[in-house]
Amino acid sequence: MNSTLRLRVVPPIALGVVALVAWQVLVVAADIQPYLLPAPSAIAAQLIVIAPALWSAMLATGLNALVGLVAGTVLAIVLAITASRIRFIDQLLAPIIAAIAVVPIVALAPVLTNMFGATSETPRRVIVTIVVFVPVFVNTLRGLRQVQPVQRDLLRSYAASRWQLTTTVTLPGALPYIFTGLNIASSLAVISAIVSEYFGGLQNGLGSRITSAAANSAYPRAWAYVFGAIILGLVFYSATLALGRLASRRR
Amino acid sequence: MRTRAVLLGVTSIALLGVIWEGYKAVGPVGGFDLFGVQLLPRTSDIAMPQIVDMVARSLAPVSSAPGSQPVWLAVVIACLSSLATAAVGLAVGGVVGFALALLMLRFRLAEAAVFPWLVLSQTVPLIALAPVIVSWGGRVQIGDFEWQRWMSVAIIASYLAFFPIAVGALRGLQSPTTAQQELMHSFAAGWRASLLHLRLPASVPYLIPALRLGAASAIIGTVVAEVSTGAKGGIGRLIIEYAQSGSSDPAKAFSPIAGAVVMGLAAAGIVAVIALTLGRFRRTEDAAL
Amino acid sequence: MSAVVATGVVKTFQTGSGLITALDDVSLTVERGEFVSLIGPSGCGKSTLLRLIADLDVVTSGSVEVFGKSARQARLDQDYGIAFQTAGLLPWRSVTANIELPLQLHGVDGPARRARASELIELVGLGEFATSFPEQLSGGMQQRVAIARSLAERPELLLMDEPFGALDEMTRERMQSELVRICAETGAAVIFVTHSIPEAVFLSDRVVVMSPRPGRIRDIITVALGDARGESLREETSFFTSVTRVREALHGAPGSDVGRGLDAR
Repeated sequence: MNSTLRLRVVPPIALGVVALVAWQVLVVAADIQPYLLPAPSAIAAQLIVIAPALWSAMLATGLNALVGLVAGTVLAIVLAITASRIRFIDQLLAPIIAAIAVVPIVALAPVLTNMFGATSETPRRVIVTIVVFVPVFVNTLRGLRQVQPVQRDLLRSYAASRWQLTTTVTLPGALPYIFTGLNIASSLAVISAIVSEYFGGLQNGLGSRITSAAANSAYPRAWAYVFGAIILGLVFYSATLALGRLASRRR
Repeated sequence: MRTRAVLLGVTSIALLGVIWEGYKAVGPVGGFDLFGVQLLPRTSDIAMPQIVDMVARSLAPVSSAPGSQPVWLAVVIACLSSLATAAVGLAVGGVVGFALALLMLRFRLAEAAVFPWLVLSQTVPLIALAPVIVSWGGRVQIGDFEWQRWMSVAIIASYLAFFPIAVGALRGLQSPTTAQQELMHSFAAGWRASLLHLRLPASVPYLIPALRLGAASAIIGTVVAEVSTGAKGGIGRLIIEYAQSGSSDPAKAFSPIAGAVVMGLAAAGIVAVIALTLGRFRRTEDAAL
Repeated sequence: MSAVVATGVVKTFQTGSGLITALDDVSLTVERGEFVSLIGPSGCGKSTLLRLIADLDVVTSGSVEVFGKSARQARLDQDYGIAFQTAGLLPWRSVTANIELPLQLHGVDGPARRARASELIELVGLGEFATSFPEQLSGGMQQRVAIARSLAERPELLLMDEPFGALDEMTRERMQSELVRICAETGAAVIFVTHSIPEAVFLSDRVVVMSPRPGRIRDIITVALGDARGESLREETSFFTSVTRVREALHGAPGSDVGRGLDAR
């Protein structure tokens, strides 16, 4: 028991520590310019300096990501349930979904800013919603479809109604798939929220802070904001992971 | 069957167009906001140009300057440039990713130490580093070699593509069953022979989705990086540029977006073609009866 | 020189719940051209013994010699062919390419490979399916390809681990007849692991009955039903007598308490 834990936890942590130390040593020893790669110590120092600004930026970006995540998930689940029932809807949506999955949705950002106005947070939330929609829809549909024939036959033999089938077998069975989609979507939500800020509009989130820090040649500060972005991504991912565990334990 | 799929695809797009124009016709003129949050856009032609205008604008010259090419041509050229950069990024990221997967396959310790970081990296927004990497452009000089702006773009595309490909490649290379591995062992096949005849073919069904994801990531990285750099020649630059004249020339901004969409679809199409040529490797083991 | 000589073989496994003795002081000699079955309930070590002979696993103590060499050397020299319960065909290779696999790995050139492969395809009766892919074949046909593959290098020893285990009864009986014919033509020694008493009796010269916990050889029964093994053999008295002898060795005679609770089909 102890040895397997050692085998799986120690190597990556050891690698992380070694990499961090090597980074610091390399920057100092080779006198690498900060625009190329700042020292971890400089970045850490900046983190303390910008802490309040970092927090408000994380909140702004986080809120956009959250709103988009919720909206996209709700939309995706509703449409997935509809598509699993009505084949025509499914066939109509399929090409759109496939297209959205492969095109850079963030390209819509400037146009959305024109539509909603430059002082609105909505363009970013719309982008996050669209990006989140695809993985949740695809995974939910897959989950709704994988009702095993033997379970369906069993409930039919009980003369169960369509609704009962849905609530006792289909939805609970689809739940793990929904959470898989949600996991993928959570990281995408943060990524899209940050990236859509690069395209103009409001400048209150992490993305814009990184850009302006880089533009002002304050590179350790830019990396400090990147670190904040990574933390935000981790928070979202672990939150959805925890939610999924909670839901599966209830059953 | 094929014609049905195409027909449905066209219908979906047409449906989107109908929703667009339909909203313009019946939606509230000033949009709809709830406690200051703009929920629905304004329906004016400035905020939401008519689709007809979008198409017409794409055929007209970019600007009133003499010799200015039509918008659609400028978009196509920019798309090709971006695709090229993305392709370079994908190639570099793919090669490095695959090499890392081979390393992790060979050395259990390497896999234990590196793989968790790879998985983690897919959940965090590494694209946030884009503005920083972009600032390398024009500053780095190693001897005669000068770092071009587009190289920053390619680097960003490459490290976004790198992770899904490394993960997919490792999963695929590890996919053969114990029975298949023992079979090779019974043939006294060494590590390299086993890699060539068993693991590589077996990894194809995993590599193709990874390649698809990698290509999409490379394109997004390219577009975003181009926006950050303002790199000339790419579609990212055009998206920003045309959008800046949004109040005076709203229809023009939609062309580069259409271009980016087509670019994404084209890349997916190329991966699909590659997948087709490798069709032999995607068969399963299951018996017919 | 015998095909296989196992002397005092002991194999133990360290698991979470302690030490498991899969084989305890097992000794067995298989002569050239002889067909020997290993039969016994789950956990008796029959598959383990086969894997040790194939050098897919290493003995804890004792020795295994194949044609006078160590098991490892025999594997490196490709002195045996092996077939598992799952056919283990590579799905991206055609039937011919699957059979050619060991030849290809050992540097046999194209024309020679193809010639040998078509020879073997005819031997197992799959001539029409030379260019088909595994997913187009039934389970029985896949196993025939696996057997053909195991014969590719003309080995003098065949190791088979329940190759017909996943097939239905009718296909099984057909495959058993096929195997008898193939063995007669190639003259190879065969070590055959099975769960089925009728199968062991039909195919073998000798049946090795094993018992579990720890894995030991309980008895070796000489069957020797003669060289003419047609379909009618299954209905002859000599067949049933041998089946009964094997069954009693496995369970103990009816009414005795030996081996209660063991299962052997």
